[in-house]
Amino acid sequence: MKRILTYAEAINEGITIAMQREPGMLCFGLGMDDPKRIFGTTVGLVEEFGRERVFDIPTSEAGMTGIAIGAALDGTPCLMTHQRLDFFILALDQLVNNAAKWQYMFGGQSASVRLVIRLILGRGWGQGPTHSQSLQSWFAHIPGLKVVMPAFPADAKGLVLSGIADGSPVVCLEHRWLHNVQGPVPEGDVRVAIGTAAVVSPGTDVTIVAMSYMTIEAHHAAQFLRAAGISVELIDLRSIRPLDWGTVLGSVRKTGRLLAVDTSHAMCSVASEIVATAACECFAELKSAPMRLTLPDHPSPTSPALAEKFYPRAEDIVAAVGRLLDVRLDGSPLAAARRWPHDVPGDWFKGPF
Amino acid sequence: MPRRDLLFRMRRLRAVEETIAARYAEGRMRCPVHLSTGQEAVSAAVGLVLRPTDLAVSGHRAHTHYLGKGGSLTRMLAEIYGKATGCSRGKGGSMHLIDETVGFKGSTAIVGGTVPIGTGLALSIKRRGSDQIACVFLGDAVVEEGVFFESVNFAAIHRLPVLYVCENNLYSVYSSLAVRQPAGRVIHEMVAGLGIRTGTADGNDPEAVFASCVEHVRAIRSGGGPSFLEYKTYRWREHCGPNFDNDIGYRTESEYLAWKERDPVATYARRLLHDHELTEDDIEAMDREIAAEVQEAFVFAEASPFPSVETAGDDVYAGGVKPA
Repeated sequence: MKRILTYAEAINEGITIAMQREPGMLCFGLGMDDPKRIFGTTVGLVEEFGRERVFDIPTSEAGMTGIAIGAALDGTPCLMTHQRLDFFILALDQLVNNAAKWQYMFGGQSASVRLVIRLILGRGWGQGPTHSQSLQSWFAHIPGLKVVMPAFPADAKGLVLSGIADGSPVVCLEHRWLHNVQGPVPEGDVRVAIGTAAVVSPGTDVTIVAMSYMTIEAHHAAQFLRAAGISVELIDLRSIRPLDWGTVLGSVRKTGRLLAVDTSHAMCSVASEIVATAACECFAELKSAPMRLTLPDHPSPTSPALAEKFYPRAEDIVAAVGRLLDVRLDGSPLAAARRWPHDVPGDWFKGPF
Repeated sequence: MPRRDLLFRMRRLRAVEETIAARYAEGRMRCPVHLSTGQEAVSAAVGLVLRPTDLAVSGHRAHTHYLGKGGSLTRMLAEIYGKATGCSRGKGGSMHLIDETVGFKGSTAIVGGTVPIGTGLALSIKRRGSDQIACVFLGDAVVEEGVFFESVNFAAIHRLPVLYVCENNLYSVYSSLAVRQPAGRVIHEMVAGLGIRTGTADGNDPEAVFASCVEHVRAIRSGGGPSFLEYKTYRWREHCGPNFDNDIGYRTESEYLAWKERDPVATYARRLLHDHELTEDDIEAMDREIAAEVQEAFVFAEASPFPSVETAGDDVYAGGVKPA
């Protein structure tokens, strides 16, 4: 019988195994050992590994990122966690000018930067303009960084383990709405290779490429579409950089139809990159114009009234697939089946964080 | 006091920087260079106090920090010439120097960017229980950057074995301290307010730098936590490049001449001659030895091959192509 864990438990297990494997590794971030334990992802760490290795930090995103890079350059792998990606914007200089380029700008003559930075993406319950940004395309633009966005618990654990083992800095974007998602997780040091996508469900009519929480919405849409006789191949990117072009383009060549679903705005997005590459590489095989499903071109509003249509849901994916196939598809039963308000991921979520 | 050593080191650093300046117009050093002519005392003395196993990082004006720490002269010059034999194999140039064999962990171009890096090195050193220290070279503009405060704050909390060496040369490019920091600001006093041990000495006097540095390094190594040392000094040439620029209006010829009167290299030579520490002949012998080494290093750099253009995409990630 398969062991079922939540996404938060799986992250926690991945960190725990990495800390056991690497006696020198440090784990820090604001609230790392606070009573809430970062949505449960750092439960038990300080108890098992002590305050020398697992610690809370000053409110110094940039400085602490540089400090993590420096420690890594001396052979001390570091895992940092930020409860909201938006605050980490303060640290971009250290990430982009130092972490990402240290290997390159010294011609490979330096020590490696073994650093994993967990960034949690907020959404819903009025997180608003500066608590909900999904900036994977910023990070993915930078040579030298690796960027992962797991959707399922086993991948979250496996990518954290691979990230700590990697000699290059890894940015791990973790969607807040995934923390309670349950799924089978193998025991032990089972890694997921960075740069590999997963085919969540094989299909022949349409390729949907998604990442992070949008993979979950796309999964619901794909099941609904299957019942309607439409065969969807759902690809969960898992890694944004390096991106598994073989899997993505292979699927597009097979189905001839592409919908790229992103957690962010369209302009210069990962979805845009996927559509562009598919158009350049698979033009002859495309049966219809590829599509993107992204956020509106404005910041996330706070009021639940204003935010109601901000995030695409499974029913929007169903409708988009209908446009790809030039058939009218009504996904409203998916919306009707949802028993909780639009701004929470489930009835377990009571806010406010 | 290792007086001859200090003089030799300063004369060597001066010779390297001035030879770069003299030959820059040949157009074969095709990257920005930030020369430390006039500031040699700090690099010479601090480099002598640090052990080879200690670690150091620096900023854009790093030639003398790198050399003072023991970094390879030939590989530095080859780097400035963009050659495959360069310390960063042509990827970094003058602003990105590294020599891991002597603990010089890297210099980078963004003001203040390596302050947290050096602090992180110290965190790791402390975690490992080593008696090494980390040294961060920085300038007066760095104390205007947020990461400086963030890093010193963290070093103070965790009593990290890190030495911050501030060369206050009064200017950030063309901007004087008057537009960057409030009147009456004394940098090391401000830093003392952050809760770490601080000190200052004449940045043009290698013995004063050496003595203050010895005292603070001893305190750091014995578990006393971080130190910040401020040394006032003066860069003679333009912010970036081989020329003098006292004529363009951001500083005055008379200010430059006043600092030149206090030339750390010539002043110290006179002092040692006066004290009969050495003779004119000794100094000439030093200079001959230095000139031969510098000449040889330039020949090496010029004769070295350029990297193949096919290697431009290597080393984006760790585990890329490594040198033989």
